[in-house]
Amino acid sequence: MGAGHSHALYIHEHSPIHRMAPEAKLVAAFAVVTAVAVTPRQALWAFGLYAFGVAGLVAAARVPPRFLALRLLAIAPFVLFAFFIPFIAGGDTTEIGGVSLSVDGLWGMWNILAKATLGASVSIILTATTEIAEIIRGLGVLRVPAIFTAIATFMIRYLELIVDELGRMRVAMAARGYDPRWLSQARPIASAAGALFVRSYERGERVHAAMLSRGFTGTMPALDHRAARPREWGAVALIATCAAVISALALISS
Amino acid sequence: MCRRDIGIGSDLIMSARVVVSGLQFAYPDGRVALRGVDLEVEAGERVAVLGPNGAGKTTLALHLNGIQQPDAGSVSVGGLPVTEEHLPEIRRRVGLVFQDSNDQLFMPNVGEDVAFGPANLGFSGLELEQRVTDALAAVGGGDLISRPSHHLSGGERRRAALATVLAMEPDVLVFDEPSSDLDGAGRRELVATLAPLEMTQLIITHDLPLALELCPRAVIMRHGRVVADGATRGLFLDANLMAENRLELPFGFKLETTPKR
Amino acid sequence: MHAPDGFLNAGTAVATGALSLGTVTMALRHAKQHLQDRLIPLAGITAAFVFAAQMFNFPVAAGTTGHLLGGALAAILLGPSVGVVVVTIVVVTQALAFADGGLTALGYNVFNMAVIPAYGGYAAFRMFRRWFPPTTGGVVGAAGLAAWSSVVMSSIAFSIEWLFGATAPIPFDDVLFAMVGVHVLIGVGEGVITSLAIGAVLVSRSDLVFGASDLDRTQLADTRVQTRTFVIGGALVAMVFATVVSQFAVNNPDGLERVAEDTGISSTATGHALADSLFADYATTGISNESLSLAVAGVVGILVTLAVVAGVLLAVRDNRGRDPAHSRR
Repeated sequence: MGAGHSHALYIHEHSPIHRMAPEAKLVAAFAVVTAVAVTPRQALWAFGLYAFGVAGLVAAARVPPRFLALRLLAIAPFVLFAFFIPFIAGGDTTEIGGVSLSVDGLWGMWNILAKATLGASVSIILTATTEIAEIIRGLGVLRVPAIFTAIATFMIRYLELIVDELGRMRVAMAARGYDPRWLSQARPIASAAGALFVRSYERGERVHAAMLSRGFTGTMPALDHRAARPREWGAVALIATCAAVISALALISS
Repeated sequence: MCRRDIGIGSDLIMSARVVVSGLQFAYPDGRVALRGVDLEVEAGERVAVLGPNGAGKTTLALHLNGIQQPDAGSVSVGGLPVTEEHLPEIRRRVGLVFQDSNDQLFMPNVGEDVAFGPANLGFSGLELEQRVTDALAAVGGGDLISRPSHHLSGGERRRAALATVLAMEPDVLVFDEPSSDLDGAGRRELVATLAPLEMTQLIITHDLPLALELCPRAVIMRHGRVVADGATRGLFLDANLMAENRLELPFGFKLETTPKR
Repeated sequence: MHAPDGFLNAGTAVATGALSLGTVTMALRHAKQHLQDRLIPLAGITAAFVFAAQMFNFPVAAGTTGHLLGGALAAILLGPSVGVVVVTIVVVTQALAFADGGLTALGYNVFNMAVIPAYGGYAAFRMFRRWFPPTTGGVVGAAGLAAWSSVVMSSIAFSIEWLFGATAPIPFDDVLFAMVGVHVLIGVGEGVITSLAIGAVLVSRSDLVFGASDLDRTQLADTRVQTRTFVIGGALVAMVFATVVSQFAVNNPDGLERVAEDTGISSTATGHALADSLFADYATTGISNESLSLAVAGVVGILVTLAVVAGVLLAVRDNRGRDPAHSRR
């Protein structure tokens, strides 16, 4: 978690992956990450293939490697945790550079590192090539309940507004010399949060009135959008099958 | 702009008569907002609704399309009473343009927002697309169609919000402070957009020059009642009336030298 | 706490995923009954509020900052059903649209960051409310304690998931000690911010706080936060910390000492001393340590499960007897 959420993870490009319908990309992403997650950690060859495949997708999506590396920093805390595992895990040990490390722990570290990095990379490719509203729309096509996607759509729509309001509150407080260091000084921040909730809720009531005014009766109207073409599903099937085959072979041979 | 340009899809622009009679309303927390409002607006008329803050202007607007139901009294639009069973048709007839455009633009992009209303009325496919295009054209906002709502300027937001309402082809338009977040050029565009529209219009505003420019008739509300009703120019010339109701023309504004409409 | 892929094994991911899917689907239905056509705009905008609130930091100590989880806050403000839906949507959107949290980790991320804090936090809130008078001050105190509990419950849930689904051989009790110990402290921040924020909302629009909807005007006006709150709160924190945490510190010193040796961190000397006096009997054989830690895990797990189930039942019961707060159409 951090303040980087509101920044656009979407890169404006016209790659073949950008052009794919969001529901197709979601299915492909889930298929690949699932395959990676169930792959036994000893099958190093499999992870090599995955990395190769992901690199290919990164190139096809025209995602700059530096962008990917920067976004991957989000998993840094867990990477750090993974590095400690060989030191604190139990079981048989081995000596590396004069330090006694747990063998099982080393494998555990590798397992987390490999899967977290590959999984996060796939997620980043997805978000870099698909606008948020499109991702939510793709979920709707995949039969996620309309209420769920509608709420998410509204959340995204008003997120920036609310973040801006919160930001303005903090600037106003800072301008009056407020620089809290201890939890006991957090009262103004909490009051601001409370006030922001009330304002947000009241806006929600006004939006509701605006919706009713335009004929809303409880269900969002279905608005047309471009469905995924058979060719796109073909690409998804190809990607998913490759990943599935690799993980199946790895599972069988373990 | 010629009339055909802003035909919004049909040459028959309907407008409806609005009758408010003895309207009384108090909010759940006890605050009395309307104490017996009587108002009759003829079809196609343009009336400014003026008055100090807390006079009940916005509350009145919310009664015109049934968002609020009165404790006593009645409202009718084009002869149809504003009651629960008629609400879908009432909401088609009465278009409410809210004070904060952000409250009205809740879809991911402008095109979807403009489509929301007609889609609720049952439109789809090419017909729906045509409504969206026409409504945006009427406000000069054709280029806004795929823009995300939170990236618009104040003026663009205003126009988009108006388009979302025009797409339903209403017979009555109610505006709550339409010029409040507009700069000078924006105001001029707003006047240019509103002037040719033929449906009945009620314009709640603090912007007295706007009221004078657009509305031959004005009503003043105070403490939940209509306290004055007449030609806009005549009301502005009544210094006592203006002062009583905390209304002031802007500094340097000379009513005598302002051209009559 | 947005865990990445591969952190826990597939079985755990599927099990927590199924639990999350079940509870959230039910919550969605209740939320719809509760708010009807107001659900989409109100839940949407509140979700944006929770998302925004999670992004910003509040001070903890000496310039360090922490982040809000928001599950208990959402449940107390909007009711448990709407609260669960709101925070779930935040977590899912963070994973899918902001690449925060693994796609295959959604099962346990949603479970730990939405289901547990909202339902468990709400149940804790209702329990704590009984300890305080029915006033604004009482609600504020209960909310703070409930929010703290929700964080602790979340860390316990994660530890139990580790017990079943760990992908690295770190002993369960080490994880329990570290996770719960840390979150007992982190939770204090959540508790303080939640109680103050709810207090602020109660003062301006008390009708917006679901958890205070039973209070009348005079009760709402009573804003005294009794010292009882701080005494109970502080005692709880100290008690939990002392018993759960130090008990494991004494029973499994190897892992910690090794970390201490390798990294030069000083060991928990005070922990040992206190634990010795409380649990001297158990500081002996390895076998009884193992079964003891599992036994404690069982008890603690049952308690958390009870809290979540209680939260769900309260949500169902509240839903049946509740009128919509506003009569607007």
